[in-house]
Amino acid sequence: MKILIKNGRLVDPASGRDAIGDVAIAAGRVVSLGQVSTDFHANRVIDATGLVVAPGLVELAARLREPGHEHEGTLESEMAAAVAGGVTSLVCLPDTDPPLDEPGLVEMLKFRARNLNQSHLYPLGALTRGLAGEVLTEMAELTEAGCVGFSQAEVPVKDTLVLHRALQYAATFGYTTWLRPNDAFLGTGVAAKGALATRMGLAGVPAIAETIALNTIFELVRDTGARVHLCRLSSAAGIELVRRAKAERLPITCDVSVNHLHLTDVDIGYFNAAMRLTPPLRQQRDRDAIRAALADGTIDALVSDHTPVDEDAKNLPFAEAEPGATGLELLLGLTLQWGDEMSQPLARSLATITSAPVAVLGESLGSLASSAGRLVEGGVADLCLFRLDERWTVSPASLKSQGKHTPFAGHELAGRVKCTLVSGHVAHEA
Amino acid sequence: MRNPQLNKHGELIHLLSIEGLPRAVLHQLLDTAGSFLSVNEREVKKVPLLRGKSVFNLFFENSTRTRTTFEIAAKRLSADVINLDIARSSTAKGESLLDTIANLSAMHADMFVVRHSESGAPYLIARHCAPHVHVVNAGDGRHAHPTQGLLDMYTIRHYKQDFANLVVAIVGDLVHSRVARSDIHALTTLGAAEVRAVGPKTLVPGDLKEMGVRVCHDMAEGIRDADVIIMLRLQNERMSGAMLPSAGEFFKNYGLTEEKLALAKPDAIVMHPGPINRGVEIDSAVADGKQSVILPQVTFGIAVRMAVMSTIAGNNP
Repeated sequence: MKILIKNGRLVDPASGRDAIGDVAIAAGRVVSLGQVSTDFHANRVIDATGLVVAPGLVELAARLREPGHEHEGTLESEMAAAVAGGVTSLVCLPDTDPPLDEPGLVEMLKFRARNLNQSHLYPLGALTRGLAGEVLTEMAELTEAGCVGFSQAEVPVKDTLVLHRALQYAATFGYTTWLRPNDAFLGTGVAAKGALATRMGLAGVPAIAETIALNTIFELVRDTGARVHLCRLSSAAGIELVRRAKAERLPITCDVSVNHLHLTDVDIGYFNAAMRLTPPLRQQRDRDAIRAALADGTIDALVSDHTPVDEDAKNLPFAEAEPGATGLELLLGLTLQWGDEMSQPLARSLATITSAPVAVLGESLGSLASSAGRLVEGGVADLCLFRLDERWTVSPASLKSQGKHTPFAGHELAGRVKCTLVSGHVAHEA
Repeated sequence: MRNPQLNKHGELIHLLSIEGLPRAVLHQLLDTAGSFLSVNEREVKKVPLLRGKSVFNLFFENSTRTRTTFEIAAKRLSADVINLDIARSSTAKGESLLDTIANLSAMHADMFVVRHSESGAPYLIARHCAPHVHVVNAGDGRHAHPTQGLLDMYTIRHYKQDFANLVVAIVGDLVHSRVARSDIHALTTLGAAEVRAVGPKTLVPGDLKEMGVRVCHDMAEGIRDADVIIMLRLQNERMSGAMLPSAGEFFKNYGLTEEKLALAKPDAIVMHPGPINRGVEIDSAVADGKQSVILPQVTFGIAVRMAVMSTIAGNNP
């Protein structure tokens, strides 16, 4: 199948290219960019006049709910959501049931994803068996099965000795450990500690739950040399620690979620469970710090923290409601909104959800490492075509994801995805 | 976002929290309670304001006193009262909160009086019940206990007339207390001169000052020259562990004794939402002493709950 995309605004965050041009695709690869020779005979021509042609988006934190939570989401529904949102590569978390702690589970997931033939799927393996924080998983076996790193999802390793050994072991083989910095004991509340949590009578999570965990991780990284990706920072104090650790050249990267880029605890309003998220939404100054740190590069990548939650699990009193929000279909719009509000060039905004997350994944992407998240000749033809100036209203019922809960219901966002290509085939068209 | 307990005319249709209610609404509720107080002293203690209405007491958390006072208040308004001890029935069988509400709504409930261990649960119920149904929060988690707040205000107004020059000290476990939060919102709305939050840092965190109170960790400083002292109940589970080393040490530092009470104004009143722990937060000599208004609080509580139920039932969504 040969496809010619004509007359689009080609934006490649990695190279800084931002110009009108064509893209020729054959055998799943970009064969020509910009000026396409007239002897390229396409089976299909896509007129991209007025559209941005960007690399397919790369999501570092998606819960697809398989296996075990199919009532909240399936590979089918969430992959459909991914391509509808322009996301062509997905990293999924190991907090399934059972957790992804055995090669067979990972192989099955990869197999199911390949059969669906939509976005590329990159599972994170469980760092410890059953995510229990006690026994290490077979990391080499899991890597062979397709894991791109190891994570505890939302379950902190309580025992520092176990975490130390896990990082030592991972460092032996050059695996990246993905950790959300959260102290197991201080981090058990449901809202950020502060005036709102106090007023509402909600158990608060202090910022020190994040900073204490970060300090522990940094000491372990200094000792072991392990590479760590820090997931979903939430506090200004935490970001400041990351800034200093990066200045020290520790081998760390980090991400934040689009929710924390736009919301604060005040948005909880009258106990709105759509705002029940982990980590909890913090205050204005934390949000300002997150927005600035994403712009100055302290924060590497932006994630949607996609978590489909069903009605029964959300329609509960705030603290009992399951945390999380659907996000894959909102990632582009919320990123563009941040870029617009922070006066970032389009390529810079897109970098946070394309080339930057690919840099976080690094060599673990294998053959795709050199071209995913970028527009390069000879590279994989993962593309997202969207209309920058078309505004759309987030209506939960029309989302493809099985999870309908989002803090942004009713919000108007820019950037309507018109076409998503994965490995040169059209996976979504609107 | 409109305050979910008010209709579009600003009238009270649910009572979920005191926070955000205008001062005039609070005074109106207290005035109405005053008119019901005489009903409670008559030989026939009934008025027909809720005749034919069904009030469901939904207690997802155990309570005897609050449930009883709501039941008495509803019956004196001539309502039919149905008590459901949900803690031991449907949720134990795995029924969800909203399913329980849907089922009870189908039985043509007119009012739900809700107690729940989670902050915000009555908001969820108010959002999902039929439009004609009214919800009264009888205590949700640490968040609010608005009828207790109102009866405390009724008591203070009864003994002190005006709020403008009052210094009110709230002592004990404020962090876990829905009563404290409702009292603080009520007192700041009614214009008390100073509200003090008194207790150790584990029970009185610095964040409380954002609610408009002065945080005092020293008991003497906290109650000096106070007009009103509200002692909070210390829950058994907080008496030892990481919050406090022991009930005895708490009593030594923060328990209200006659000696400490002497620091307050000579005409200070002592209040407590009950049930009291003698020798833990309050000495018997004080609880039973002449400055104690703990039992009048209970009497006023019935009139206040009658005022709340009749007011919200009279307003349309």
